[in-house]
Amino acid sequence: MKRILKSFCAALLALLPVVAVAQIDGEFVKPRNGKFLLKNATVVTVTKGTLKNTSVLLENGKISQVGTTLSSEGAEVIDCTGMFIYPGIIDGGTRLGLVEVSSVPETVDYADVGNVTPNMQALTTVNPNSEAIGVTRVSGVTTVLTVPSGGLFPGTAALINLNGYTPDQMYGGFKAVAMTFPSSGRRGRFDRRSDEDIKKDGEKAMKEANDIWENAKSYLELKKSGAELTYYPEMEQLSKVITGELSLLIEVNSASDILNAIKWVEGKNIKVIFTGVAEGWRVAEQIAKAKIPVVTGPIQDLPTRGSDRYDTPYANAGILAKAGVKVALRTDEEENVRNLPFHAAFAAAYGLGKEEALKAVTINPAEIFGVADQYGSVEAGKRANLIVSTGDPFETRSQIHHVFIDGYRIPMSNRHIRLYQEFLERSPGLKTN
Amino acid sequence: MKKHIYLLAAFLGLGVGMSQAQVQKGSVLIKNATVLTVTKGNLESSDVLVQNGIITQIGKNLTAPAGVNAIDATGKYVMPGIIDAHSHVGLDVVNEASAPITSEIRMKDVVNPQDLGIYRALAGGVTVSHAMHGSANLVGGQNATLKHRWGSEDPADIIMQEAPRTIKFALGENPTRVHGRGNGIQPRSRMGVEAVIRNGFNEAIQYKKGWEKYNLAKAQKGNTVTPPAYSERLQTLADILDGKIIIHCHSYRADEIYMLINVIKDFNIKKVVFQHTNEGFKVAPEIAEYTMGASVFADWWAYKMEVYYSTAYNAAILQKNGAITSINSDSAELIRHLYHEAGKTQRYGGLTDEEALAMITLNPAKQLGIEDKVGSIEVGKQADLVIFEGHPLSSYAVPQMTFVDGVKYFDRKADKEDQRQFVAATEMVEPIFLRANEEAHRCMQDVDKYFEAFQGAFMNGKQ
Repeated sequence: MKRILKSFCAALLALLPVVAVAQIDGEFVKPRNGKFLLKNATVVTVTKGTLKNTSVLLENGKISQVGTTLSSEGAEVIDCTGMFIYPGIIDGGTRLGLVEVSSVPETVDYADVGNVTPNMQALTTVNPNSEAIGVTRVSGVTTVLTVPSGGLFPGTAALINLNGYTPDQMYGGFKAVAMTFPSSGRRGRFDRRSDEDIKKDGEKAMKEANDIWENAKSYLELKKSGAELTYYPEMEQLSKVITGELSLLIEVNSASDILNAIKWVEGKNIKVIFTGVAEGWRVAEQIAKAKIPVVTGPIQDLPTRGSDRYDTPYANAGILAKAGVKVALRTDEEENVRNLPFHAAFAAAYGLGKEEALKAVTINPAEIFGVADQYGSVEAGKRANLIVSTGDPFETRSQIHHVFIDGYRIPMSNRHIRLYQEFLERSPGLKTN
Repeated sequence: MKKHIYLLAAFLGLGVGMSQAQVQKGSVLIKNATVLTVTKGNLESSDVLVQNGIITQIGKNLTAPAGVNAIDATGKYVMPGIIDAHSHVGLDVVNEASAPITSEIRMKDVVNPQDLGIYRALAGGVTVSHAMHGSANLVGGQNATLKHRWGSEDPADIIMQEAPRTIKFALGENPTRVHGRGNGIQPRSRMGVEAVIRNGFNEAIQYKKGWEKYNLAKAQKGNTVTPPAYSERLQTLADILDGKIIIHCHSYRADEIYMLINVIKDFNIKKVVFQHTNEGFKVAPEIAEYTMGASVFADWWAYKMEVYYSTAYNAAILQKNGAITSINSDSAELIRHLYHEAGKTQRYGGLTDEEALAMITLNPAKQLGIEDKVGSIEVGKQADLVIFEGHPLSSYAVPQMTFVDGVKYFDRKADKEDQRQFVAATEMVEPIFLRANEEAHRCMQDVDKYFEAFQGAFMNGKQ
């Protein structure tokens, strides 16, 4: 009991980076499982409204009860008076855990050699001890889709929770094959191909995509008919998309590419999610009609065309949602996934609205990824992924005081905070000795 | 003949008059706003009167003089125009990477007033930006301080002519990569960085002495001395030693920051601002004591090795240690929401509203040497103002109007969508720039060949 109390106190101190001074020498505060009663908060459930003076009980990694008169028996009580409980925030597209320092190739693992490598698993290369994970989760982002990129079928993305010591402990129950839809556009200033070459490359890539798809279909048919097949890991993985076992994440951004992608998907009868969708606002009606959900972002981005209104990337998500598209947001980041709540705020301010923006980083991605029974709202029975903040977590002035992932109470510390604690009042200060 | 001279003089005079007339000065009365002055607190339901480009009155119930347009800003916030102390917006080229010291280069020669980035920055409330040379060289070019007078065709119109001279220095990975590893000359290491900078200043001292000797000898009767060869490069370094130029030094690691502080102490240089300064927090007391502070990112880290051990609490630590601290963009994307970047100092370190707002107004003005002209809402200052819907430090804030010298250059409700000033006649189909953020950061623009082995960082566009 004394020990529990001691570590509880240490954890409490770690929670308050601004005032923390008396940490026990050398002690590292670890994430801690247990039964927790978060008492008397304003609970923003997302799916069941906002509940005042309400408590949330967490046990066995789940939200076991949400109510006004919950028993605290056997639970560690955390007074949340004046505070707000939100579900853990979900980023629908990142490279978190796949890269440590972008300029050091030895630490960059989200892209491999080859154009068709859907069998490459993002989950394999997730580094549970990446500094970026600790930096991210204290912002309230508890769950992210981490996505390989590069070639036409660069690999398989995985949903991960930002707590755990092995990738399997972090795995969030959703995988999807990533596809970079052949682009008919220029990649940017450094793309110095001629217009004609761009068109040719686009057509060639489209043909390759179609050929590969046909191959995967043949593979599946042969397999179903019991044929003896040699080892085709790429085809094996793609065939799971064809059968509907896995979703296909199609990265597509320019308006014409989006329309082509809608056409390409038509009749394939597969589970498709569009990602990026930077110019979605130009063809929002068509996306809505095709009933394809979208993970869009980054929101804090430049317009794709010089003639575009300056705020189109801010407004994109709102326009898509108004047209009836199911929208989730992403940062498409690695080290600064922590900014997702701020991206969401920009989307909210420029047309999506606060309520929809909150959904776009909680229940919507959960639904799009087919895990809404576990994630995306504060409801009994769901995974205990939630955050306690002093106010709206999208506001920079709010402080996130507690984060729970899979029922684990996450220490509110990371290298950024430890450096703050060490260097705010450096000793010795200015003196040379 | 005399008549002709008069005519010529009149013509020249007219020419000068016209070029000055290009810099428009406006008059406007902004009524009933919450005025965030930055230096004198927040004034509720107050008015700001601007006449001929200058703030002339701040108070309640002001009336618009005849001919002055009044804008009702009830429920809105007015803050000083945002100042970005590190930008490459409005420049055609960024790096002259041909030698470790290229102090003779002037960014004023490559200012492009039609860069769409200027309008996009205005749409984020930014009225002044520090258009800097890139970070390929230890001593890069002399920078240009720009006022975002959008719509002008003459580069001279958007250069803040009254701003003092500034120059770019760069330490660490970028110059050692370009020169040491790229071209096989010094510096290849942080030791070399120090040595080459000291060599440069010592050469400038010799150069100065040469000219002083010559000037003395020249004053003697019947002398036969010839002047030393003029070098713009060394003369500029000499001007730094004479305190005529503010150094803005790209830097990341604490060791290299501390090194440059020792160098400037040895050469008795006072005017230094550190740029990026990701590890500035480790030497915050030294930065506070010996320099004009640091201009930092709100939260960028980990995109390269020298920013891996940084913290988002950097700005707060620097501020609380007494260093003049500003938040900058170095990015055509970030420059559009510096108010939001400033807000992050409240998440990471709990700074007050005034401290946070000063980081994008008064503090960068101090670092650019223009704090007597801009950076706060005070009578007598230039009328660079932004009207916000929502408090500018709220993540939901939306800039509505931006004024430079009292002239409105951005109006969210009234502006046309296509703001391009120039469309190439050869452009048949408008290019689509996907992942435009990757190109928004231009510190290493024009030296991409040195980054082929560093595709990760380069493709992410962060340097």
